[in-house]
Amino acid sequence: MIRDQEFLRDIASYCIENSKKLGATDVGVKVIHSVSENVSFRNKKLDESNRADSFAVNLTTYIEKKKSSINSSDLSKSNLEKLIERCIDATKITPSDENNSLPDKDLMSKEIRDLNLYDETHYPNDKKIEFLKKVEETASTDEKIVNTEAGFTENKNNFILANSNGFLGGYKTSNFSSSCVAVSRINGAMERDYEFGSTRFLQDMMKPEEIGKIAADKAIKKLGPKKIKSEKIGVIFDKRISKGILSTLASAISASAIARGTSFLKDQINSEVFPNSINIIDDPKIEKGLGSQNFDSEGVETNSLKLVENGILKNYLIDTYYGKKLNLKSNGRSGGTTNLYFENGTLSFKNLLNSEKKFLYITETIGHGGNIITGDYSVGASGFMVEDGELTYPVSEITIAGNFKEMFKNITLANDLEMKYSTNAPTLLINQMTVAGK
Amino acid sequence: MSNFFIETDTDTSQAEAIVTETLKNCDDGELYLENHKSESIVLDDNKIKSSTYNSDKGYGFRAVTGEVVAYSHSNDISKESLRKSSENLKDTLKSKKGTYNHEIPKTNSKYYENINPIESKTFDSKIDLLNSANNYLRSKGSIVNQVTANFLGEHKSIEIIRSDNQVLKDDRPLVRFNVSVVLEKDGKKETGVYGVGGRQSYDDYLKDGSWKDVCDEAFRIANVNLESKPAPAGEMKVVLGPGWPAILIHEAIGHGLEGDFNRKKTSAFHNLMGQRVASEGVTIVDDGTLHQRRGSLTIDDEGTPTENTVLIENGILKNYMQDRLNARLMGTKSTGSGRRESYKHVVLPRMRNTMMLSGKYSQDEMISSVDKGIFAVSFGGGQVDITSGKFVFNCTEAYEINNGKIGSPIKGATLIGDGPSILKEVSLVGNDMKLDPGIGTCGKAGQGVPVGVAQPSILINKMTVGGTKL
Repeated sequence: MIRDQEFLRDIASYCIENSKKLGATDVGVKVIHSVSENVSFRNKKLDESNRADSFAVNLTTYIEKKKSSINSSDLSKSNLEKLIERCIDATKITPSDENNSLPDKDLMSKEIRDLNLYDETHYPNDKKIEFLKKVEETASTDEKIVNTEAGFTENKNNFILANSNGFLGGYKTSNFSSSCVAVSRINGAMERDYEFGSTRFLQDMMKPEEIGKIAADKAIKKLGPKKIKSEKIGVIFDKRISKGILSTLASAISASAIARGTSFLKDQINSEVFPNSINIIDDPKIEKGLGSQNFDSEGVETNSLKLVENGILKNYLIDTYYGKKLNLKSNGRSGGTTNLYFENGTLSFKNLLNSEKKFLYITETIGHGGNIITGDYSVGASGFMVEDGELTYPVSEITIAGNFKEMFKNITLANDLEMKYSTNAPTLLINQMTVAGK
Repeated sequence: MSNFFIETDTDTSQAEAIVTETLKNCDDGELYLENHKSESIVLDDNKIKSSTYNSDKGYGFRAVTGEVVAYSHSNDISKESLRKSSENLKDTLKSKKGTYNHEIPKTNSKYYENINPIESKTFDSKIDLLNSANNYLRSKGSIVNQVTANFLGEHKSIEIIRSDNQVLKDDRPLVRFNVSVVLEKDGKKETGVYGVGGRQSYDDYLKDGSWKDVCDEAFRIANVNLESKPAPAGEMKVVLGPGWPAILIHEAIGHGLEGDFNRKKTSAFHNLMGQRVASEGVTIVDDGTLHQRRGSLTIDDEGTPTENTVLIENGILKNYMQDRLNARLMGTKSTGSGRRESYKHVVLPRMRNTMMLSGKYSQDEMISSVDKGIFAVSFGGGQVDITSGKFVFNCTEAYEINNGKIGSPIKGATLIGDGPSILKEVSLVGNDMKLDPGIGTCGKAGQGVPVGVAQPSILINKMTVGGTKL
């Protein structure tokens, strides 16, 4: 069972009081309890069952402008006492930094809204097993599918965040997720694809048959890929990966990257970064949202932000420390974005595919080929050729490359946005990228 | 040595009894206890940005029968918690019956000392060294735009309690010192990153001013990249330098030779045992026994002593890397490759130090044989799709080769290839095998473990370079 708020609050208070006693001038602490149960299946047989019960304390102590932190999973008072002492000792001899401080009191979250983030339903393991059997049965109907794996995870979390300025808040969250990986084979060569669902509430989970079918269909479609010639071509990003463009934007506009001067978007605030049809929102207050939160990881109130409005970069993602460096107030983004998305475009998926004679449609990228400092981008990719609006044949062992600055300015969005993850984007087209193949 | 039961309401003999009782109808399993201390001290933007100490202790209780793994972990080491885990495991495996395999080889070898690197260097001297590194780099001129330097140190004690009171222990130190520098010239910014580490004390890597070499190398890489031109796009010859570029071997071949993917027949290598998978002259091993290396282990996380496993001998596929579960199901023995990130994670067969051994050619011979291609000296990281065999890695320092001569540096680009066929494209193997500097972490199924790689220079006949210049 997940521990209640009172239990966590006791530990948080203990940490704050003891740190103060030993000489801390400010203290921030987070106490977390999570319980997770996972069952996985492979080829219609039980493969693994895993139960996790974990505690964590993250404590930061300040002595004026000096700061140090400890993390521990052992909540016993005797252990905490030793660690607090160690933390204070380290704080004393850490050089001070004028930007170290707790967040401004007037920015702190004042009330906790129920955003519907916790479903207390327990889905017992035998139910998970039934679910997974259905996933795999649907996934393995076609004889080209030679291997299936499926998993179901249920997660319950409770936390308290507190600081010595009197802030104290926390709440429970839950998460249910299920996935299926299917391996297809033809003439000895194999391909793999997957489907994945994640929700706050059990009742919102995709149907098992749907998860299995999508994974299998995708794996079969990828069979017999060709390597294409190197060329410049318009690249369409499938919804599963188009959200990656937003993650790149988020890293590039984090206050840390801006303050350190290590972002290709430095000095681009209030400039046109995307085509003027594009709006990008980060909204923490979406009911049942996977990225929803009442306050950020420092307790600062978070509200919806328009990061990009009509193509113009309007906001950075600001926490307390780097905010001070930039002379800006925290906008509650310590810990990053919340529910981040592109507003829908105007073209239907079909019309996007038909907007030119030939495209490369990418369903998966591999490698970490994005450079936030220079904006250079080069990753491995696989997907399909699109000719006259139809997916004609699968493509693999190629790379796509460009520079984010150029890529951002050449984005066209479809109107098929779905809120499936915490970061979401519709299908999108980037004109003129370099594809390297044969 | 850690005593895991101090300040708990239970002790070793009670834990042993619970393990024996829980696993009596199982094929395998153990109680894995871990006490992990780690620290991270980061200097960034001229300031000590963070100093963090982590203390994590817990257990992972595993029961295995047939192909099924039941696992329960917690950081509450108590009678009640162990009992609950035991119930949980027994419930999962209630319809199965196995026979416990007690056999586990013994070892007297030790590949590292039991030191705690966090305590063996004072906090003050760590801060001083980070500041010195910052000052040293910034003294190189105003083109130095940003410096990050950090220490990562850890000490992990593990204890494995198997059925019928078999107890195995290990204490593992690990450190890393990293420097990253951003240079700016004529409005262009580039990064250089370098680091060193392994299973010794910090000072073993930093003494006699050798920390300056780390700074110099990071600076050199960034400086080279300031002059870089757009990389070419398309298939061409590729010469890889010695050492760290062996992450090609790790991604292209290593993962595909891990036991689990082959038992499940999802690896592109699963039906290639005994067959030619590489050119003659190519020998690849995975060695857990190198002294003080980042990927070395005295015993793996199931208690099996590690070994030097020959994966590919003169081009022929010889062995997979195995943990106990996959070895049993494939009718072979564990190669001491069973690893887990922590007590929160199940054991998987993983790499340790993966190495391609030296051949007879010089790097100059390779480069002079190339009309048009690239020479890749350092990489950022890589990834592989085990099933299709396609893998990538990102160059962080590379040059074009024109008419047998090294030309201009080129911008970071991804290289993509096909695992099962790439080693057949290796036409020359160099005589200059080198180990990496001790900075690698391998990710698999959400678990990160420290690994090493090594290789000599090699010439690959054909690979796709993912640049922007057609």
